[in-house]
Amino acid sequence: MQLTLWTYEGPPHIGAMRVATAMTGLHYVLHAPQGDTYADLLFTMIERRDARPPVTYTTFRAQDLGRDTAELFKTSVAAAYARFQPQAMIVGASCTAELIQDDPAGLAKALDLPIPVIPLELPAYQKKENWGASETFYRLVRALAGPAAPRPAREPGLRPLCNILGPTALGFRHRDDLIEIRRLLDALGIAVNVVAPLGASPADLGRLRDADFNVVLYPETARSAAEYLKKSFGQPFTQAVPIGVGGTRRFVEEVAALAGIDPAPVLDGPGSRLPWYSRSVDSTYLTAKRVFVFGDATHALGLARVAARELGFVVVGLGTYSREFAREVRAEAAEHGIEALITDDYLDVEAAIRAAAPELVLGTQMERHVAKRLGIPCAVISAPVHVQDFPARYAPQMGFEGANVLFDTLVHPLMMGLEEHLLGMFREDPEFHDGVGPSHLGGAPVAAPMPDRAAPPASAPIRVEAAIAVPAAPWAPEAEKELKKIPFFVRGRARSNTETFARERQLPLITLETLYDAKAHYGR
Amino acid sequence: MNAPLPHPAPCGGIDLHQEHGQRAVFCGLTGIVWLHRKIQDAFFLVVGSRTCAHLIQSAAGVMIFAEPRFATAIIDERDLAGIADANEELDRVVTRLIERRPDIKLLFLVGSCPSEVIKLDLSRAAQRLSGRLAPVRVLNYSGSGIETTFTQGEDACLAALVPDLPREADTAAPSLLIVGALADVVEDQFLRIFAAMGLADVRFLPARRAGAMPAVGRGTRYLLAQPFLADTARALEERGARRLPAPFPLGAEGTTGWLQAAAEAFGVSADAFERATAPGRARAETALTPHREKLGGKRVFFFPDSQLEVPLARFLARELGAALVEVGTPYLHRAHLAAEIELLPAGTRVTEGQSLDDQMDRCRAARPDLTVCGLGLANPLEAEGLSTKWSIELLFTPVQGYEQAGDLAELFARPLRRRALLEV
Repeated sequence: MQLTLWTYEGPPHIGAMRVATAMTGLHYVLHAPQGDTYADLLFTMIERRDARPPVTYTTFRAQDLGRDTAELFKTSVAAAYARFQPQAMIVGASCTAELIQDDPAGLAKALDLPIPVIPLELPAYQKKENWGASETFYRLVRALAGPAAPRPAREPGLRPLCNILGPTALGFRHRDDLIEIRRLLDALGIAVNVVAPLGASPADLGRLRDADFNVVLYPETARSAAEYLKKSFGQPFTQAVPIGVGGTRRFVEEVAALAGIDPAPVLDGPGSRLPWYSRSVDSTYLTAKRVFVFGDATHALGLARVAARELGFVVVGLGTYSREFAREVRAEAAEHGIEALITDDYLDVEAAIRAAAPELVLGTQMERHVAKRLGIPCAVISAPVHVQDFPARYAPQMGFEGANVLFDTLVHPLMMGLEEHLLGMFREDPEFHDGVGPSHLGGAPVAAPMPDRAAPPASAPIRVEAAIAVPAAPWAPEAEKELKKIPFFVRGRARSNTETFARERQLPLITLETLYDAKAHYGR
Repeated sequence: MNAPLPHPAPCGGIDLHQEHGQRAVFCGLTGIVWLHRKIQDAFFLVVGSRTCAHLIQSAAGVMIFAEPRFATAIIDERDLAGIADANEELDRVVTRLIERRPDIKLLFLVGSCPSEVIKLDLSRAAQRLSGRLAPVRVLNYSGSGIETTFTQGEDACLAALVPDLPREADTAAPSLLIVGALADVVEDQFLRIFAAMGLADVRFLPARRAGAMPAVGRGTRYLLAQPFLADTARALEERGARRLPAPFPLGAEGTTGWLQAAAEAFGVSADAFERATAPGRARAETALTPHREKLGGKRVFFFPDSQLEVPLARFLARELGAALVEVGTPYLHRAHLAAEIELLPAGTRVTEGQSLDDQMDRCRAARPDLTVCGLGLANPLEAEGLSTKWSIELLFTPVQGYEQAGDLAELFARPLRRRALLEV
């Protein structure tokens, strides 16, 4: 048993729902107890979809368990087929139905419906949402893409043709990423065959084989399917994730190579405003800002590169909850000289953020709350997200416009340069102090000063494995007072640096001198 | 299987139907979201799957980061391999949890569908852990979807508390017990009214703290403040308490009827009752008047959700002049709702249970002016041009009593007002 307050990912059948809801002409019959319909509102509320997800639940109850839940499942499948007339169906069990061991595959087969009915095995006690989405998409592609066959040689003169794989319902900025990537491909002269799962029908999946290659936007959901298509039809697929200017340029080069065309029209085009914005002197103060990055693997990797190479930040923490992609994230972390954090426990992430004392956190909805509690600026860069991160405006993460969006997103929460200088000069200014956030964010002054020390709150969150830290030396009063004069956004780091410095030297007391010795030692 | 069952025996003057099929409702685990705010030193540990944790996090939204007093012990493969191991695992998780949270005085082990299906005996676990963790009390109840619908989670929780309540001496003077979690502000208002009626000994279940739960005995008369408390009522009856039949305190009329039941049981004079309730009634009337114009004659359709549907429909029809198209309820407790059924307009169609797609067909065909439904249906129906009032808000907002009657009407009037306001 694992004690859990917050989970980054839902169970795998939520992933299957994300695929089913993304598509058209597909219906999902989920063997699940009453109550599991809560998942509908992720789609109708967070993503604000204007129709119910195409999911029929058996919603069995205790009194049904004594009778025949298998029969209930069969009648539900039959009724869903009769009512919705889908081109294909997927059937499966949620965690509870997995335990009662009705056999959705066999039961659905016995109905002998005149459409493909694809059974899903989603082990709810081992796997999670993204795996569920990936597996569902893979199963659909396997069942519907047709028998394996080598690709005939392309006729000369035809535009190169690709599929775009990966966007789903409830995906972080998938809607706009897709628009942006379509625009890039169009500028290159590449035609799009099928986009899947988002907007595709089962019949569309039957046309996947017509493309020359596949563009994988989100490896979490599409890599398995892309590998299958490569094996079956010899379609190569892209590896570069087009996040940031560098990522987008690499993506364009890779796509052009796969299509056998010249990437120059796009690479020499107007591109993104990010490079100039980042070079303009206004951005100088961003240099070496300490940033902590956490999210799904795709976004964590993409953002770590943007932060370090395109904005000049220092990545002091990098992690993901996508265990399936731990290897890639570890390799990227090594390039930043740090160790990757692979965990799905937000308390571990909170501890790591505390220890790294960053000036900016890039993460999910959870990191936003953690950063708020720690008083650190934050931007959301990955699912899971709340309703505000399914914005009405155009807000891609990918491509050149995505890079523009990222520049704004990453700089916005930070205090502006002049504010920083004034804070350094006038430390006791009543209008510029701990309680006041960046002026442009309009934060109301906080009555009580924020504790800048990692003091556990009165009712501490449950922390099963409490880290046993070596206690730091006590602070002399005048050193403590001096510490308060340091601008609050770097104070946490000053404190931890000084304490580490004192601990390493086994100093009994942290004095004014220790504070400045440590400052000189660590420099900035 | 989605066909309505044959017409059952008539129930009062209403047109009662029962329906079976797909149900779009929450499970009882959702009750934790408000119960953990109400009982301030209780912790709710769900023993379930990732789905359970995901549900509570989706339902609780931002509250998860406000030091929540709930969590999920997620069952994994190893637990499924052997029940003995699962018990050991549970003890380990709970022991560490309590070590970390010395402020917790009452721990609820909350059963879920997976724990019920694998027959993890949480009541034995609660007994075992109560002994080991004393003075922390460990109780258990089921909030599983296979057994409970949304607010029935509160019923199961309160029913689990009842056997544990202190015993009131048989010789003690009769006392009044209000049953059902209410907003603190609502409790305080009711206390003032009861005091004005001369009733000093009024208690609430649940109390705000584990150590302050009310005593129960043969002299206890209880008033249900919520319509979904069947098991709690049964457990109280077993302790010798007796229910005061009453409508529910929603709207001015409901509140008056509810208070009246207590006044009659405790021999409050008509004069004293009039003095205690007149100001509230007058204020409620003032607050309701402007809403009558907006809601009068509007046709309202209720999807089943919380069992509050019947009292709410009664309020809308009688105090605001709305017309009722269909009143869906997940479960209709004939005895507890007798006074409400009496007050519903004759011939009102009440549907117990649900067959989701069929009910949506009826709703679309009727095209009501206002549809009360859950968040899974609200936006899809809005997109079809139907105005909706999402029903969960009716649980998460103080709505009972005279002072909230206007707020309650406003909850229904707001979607209509908004629709009228928007030009694009």
